[in-house]
Amino acid sequence: MAKKFTPKVLTANDLLSGDVIYWNENGDWVEAFEDALYLDTEKLAFHVLRLAQKQALEIVGPYLADAELGADDKPQPSHFREDFRATGPSNYHHGKQAELA
Amino acid sequence: MYSYSEFDHAFIKERNKQFRAQVERRIDGSLTEDEFKPLRLMNGLYLQLHAYMLRVAIPYGTLNSGQMRQLALIAEKFDKGYGHFTTRQNIQFNWPKLRDVPDILDALAEVEMHAIQTSGNCVRNVTADHFAGAAADEIADPRPTAELLRQWSTDHPEFAFLGRKFKIAVTGSETDRAVTKAHDIGLRMVRNDAGEAGYEVIVGGGLGRTPMIGKVLRDFLPVEDLLPYVESILQIYNRLGRRDNKYKARIKITVHENGIETIRDLVEERFTIQRAAFGGYDQKLFAEIKKAFAAPAFISASIDGFLDAQNKDGAFRSWVDTNLSAHREADYSIVTISIKAHGQTPGDASADQMRVLADIAEEFGHNELRISHEQNVILPHVHKSHLPAIYARLKEAGLATANIGLISDIIACPGMDYCALATARSIPVAQQIATRFDELKLEHDIGALKIKISGCINACGHHHVGHIGILGLDRAGVENYQITLGGDGTETATIGERAGPGFAYDEIVPAIERLIYAYLDIRESEEETFLQTYRRVGLEPFKLALYPEQQIAAE
Repeated sequence: MAKKFTPKVLTANDLLSGDVIYWNENGDWVEAFEDALYLDTEKLAFHVLRLAQKQALEIVGPYLADAELGADDKPQPSHFREDFRATGPSNYHHGKQAELA
Repeated sequence: MYSYSEFDHAFIKERNKQFRAQVERRIDGSLTEDEFKPLRLMNGLYLQLHAYMLRVAIPYGTLNSGQMRQLALIAEKFDKGYGHFTTRQNIQFNWPKLRDVPDILDALAEVEMHAIQTSGNCVRNVTADHFAGAAADEIADPRPTAELLRQWSTDHPEFAFLGRKFKIAVTGSETDRAVTKAHDIGLRMVRNDAGEAGYEVIVGGGLGRTPMIGKVLRDFLPVEDLLPYVESILQIYNRLGRRDNKYKARIKITVHENGIETIRDLVEERFTIQRAAFGGYDQKLFAEIKKAFAAPAFISASIDGFLDAQNKDGAFRSWVDTNLSAHREADYSIVTISIKAHGQTPGDASADQMRVLADIAEEFGHNELRISHEQNVILPHVHKSHLPAIYARLKEAGLATANIGLISDIIACPGMDYCALATARSIPVAQQIATRFDELKLEHDIGALKIKISGCINACGHHHVGHIGILGLDRAGVENYQITLGGDGTETATIGERAGPGFAYDEIVPAIERLIYAYLDIRESEEETFLQTYRRVGLEPFKLALYPEQQIAAE
């Protein structure tokens, strides 16, 4: 049986900086997970993934990451790996936790 | 140490020029990521969790001061002010930008360094005993052997696309400080009955998802037969190694599936042909390389000041007791500088610390530094009269932690804080264990103990050969840590035994604490190390300490 679809956001890394980036509702790449477009249907999720793959010159390795809605109705990671990607390493205040602060 | 020839300089310059053009073509859209990825990996450039990562080779872990200063400069100018020394004696920069990488490679080339073959299915950086050329128990310096292998394997057309990556380690003494039994090929210097030096050739070791201790392929290989013999092994591996399944592609599986006898017969048969084909050029080259590794001009001076400081200063004495090893010259010491200050990231050095290390090596250490697979930095040749001054300088730079070989001298891979392959974090677990036992003031009482932590089954943190191994996994979306006990990475290499069910992130440090208290309770004397106790009593008493609820259930 196919695995049940769970909501996603589209993510990748920026070609030049390597930064983790997310696809928003305007079709732009943004830095914060919470600003990503929340993809709550399988059809929509794979549609934007295909779009991203076509414009893959500025980005690296797009994929769909598991997400859920937080208390503020904004998307947030539902798995700890994506949480680290969205935040930065735990040993230094580097990465997004420093840049988005 | 070895200096680049004109050929080496020209080769690196050409490779860097090629890569610069490849980066430009990726940026202008002429190359897709699928086309570019193998090219960047050939030059050590990975894409990790948060950013690109550049892995720079430090051949057999040997560096001079100028090279260390250049690494500091790169860390400062192109990264976030630090570098991470790895279990393969390399350095990784965690935050380079794509456009800067060609400049970084040019900066490395200025000091005869590069990032070639730090990725991909080829012969990787050849590692060696970090006490090479200095250890009191050494038969011969393993670095000329490692350098010969490096030159032979760099850009070797026959071995550029092996079934899988291939790692070679060399140790110059019978004491194995290079984990040779956990490498695709391990070379251990031994003497035969006639007293001649040669290699014990070990093949098919490896950690990862299928950990295996290497098997002896040849008890004694004369030094002059090295390249034809190693080439024969690679050829047999290239022919028999599986390419249908990535997880069964390493030579350890080839040896396991075909049997060591079959591999030996095939290698020996091939070797008769290869040996005739080599024609002696390799030996001329080897003789030249050996000259480059001549011992420095050792000095003689009074060591009274050192003895005096040892008597007067308790902290210095403690550092001397834990961080020094026997040098082949009586008045010299090998100094291991801990890159494991309690609570810090194992193997991370700041640019300022790198400069301090470079300055000390230049002033007091015959200009030589080593990186150990245990993620520390070594000053291989230090006259004892200089030790008090060195200690003072290290202390000022936060580098004087007296913990070598103790519970806080932990190997940890980058884990999920950086690595795209990781399934859990390793660094914070190492930080917390070190901090906890520092608070308990038990570290010196516990004595010799090696904890090794990996954040996934690929085992970059060598957890299988830790006296206590910790493996971080993802169990149903939560970090979970499995403990193995009794592993050993030396000449008595052993794969650790799994203790039982894993522990949650916030339970792992208390679990380690229970293990240690059990050891302190069970050991016969203060001299009996954790590993010795484990070998004497086995897993059971430690299991009871780890899982006390089971004991209650049984009562």
